[in-house]
Amino acid sequence: MTAVDVFFYLLSAIAVVAGWRVFRTDSMVRASFFLLTSFLTVGGIALLLAAPYLGAAVLFMMAVEMMVMALFMVMFMMNPAGLNPMNMVHQSRFAIGAGVVAGVSLAVLALVVRFPRHPVEPSADLISRLGHELLGDSMLIFESAGVAIVATMVCTVVLSSASGRYGNATSGSRPPGLEPGGEPAGRRPDSDDDADGGDDE
Amino acid sequence: MTLPAVLVVVALLVGIGLYGALSQQSFVMLMMGLELMMNGVLLAAVGLWSFAAGGIPKGQLLVIVVLAVMALEMAIGFALVVAVYRERQADTTEALETLRG
Repeated sequence: MTAVDVFFYLLSAIAVVAGWRVFRTDSMVRASFFLLTSFLTVGGIALLLAAPYLGAAVLFMMAVEMMVMALFMVMFMMNPAGLNPMNMVHQSRFAIGAGVVAGVSLAVLALVVRFPRHPVEPSADLISRLGHELLGDSMLIFESAGVAIVATMVCTVVLSSASGRYGNATSGSRPPGLEPGGEPAGRRPDSDDDADGGDDE
Repeated sequence: MTLPAVLVVVALLVGIGLYGALSQQSFVMLMMGLELMMNGVLLAAVGLWSFAAGGIPKGQLLVIVVLAVMALEMAIGFALVVAVYRERQADTTEALETLRG
């Protein structure tokens, strides 16, 4: 067993355990940092797999993405400060069954299927070849990803803006009750005195 | 380090992610399950590129597309969560059992 093997098994164990802890921790902020750990270890495995550019890209991108995720976690936290034990699962048995079936069947496939053996040669100039591919034959795909990002930015602004073309986005909205069919629990924008809102949000 | 070992790790990540996406009530935790599954897909693509595809550049391109999809999924997901919260003051899937506008 070489040093690369040791690193691989270590990083894999951290990735899987951190992924499991995401759904077993009492604080949603901690959950996002566990997910960040899982991503960082997968980036490290990519580095071991002779993909230096992709590994570094995963590391940098996920570090920033999970920071944004942590901010949203604070906004939507169900259990502030993680002081109480948190139980926020539903259909638990079905979910465990589906997860186990998916994981075991994929693992069996991975062990049974004979994949082609054509390993990458580590001495090849992989990053330079990727650059020529991105700005050469596959430029259309690469640029389509850029256009998709622009479209997403437009969608995000439209979805999250408070007022739209046909008036206030909260017009006609009704918060759910504490029990099914119950009296709405929360602010009802329609019944507000000032139609402009902006008082308690 | 062999390809089956990498793919077993992928299977575990996808299984855990599927469990999270199906079992969590909170929208943001549900999205973390999706992200964990995409994490596994990413690792599978890198592993197959490295062991079975001989390091062709198009394989790396596929991984870059997966990375972009992960970022876009999260951005759109959070925008939807904010829009739903603004409309219904709901942050769990149970609160949206009826599809009323």
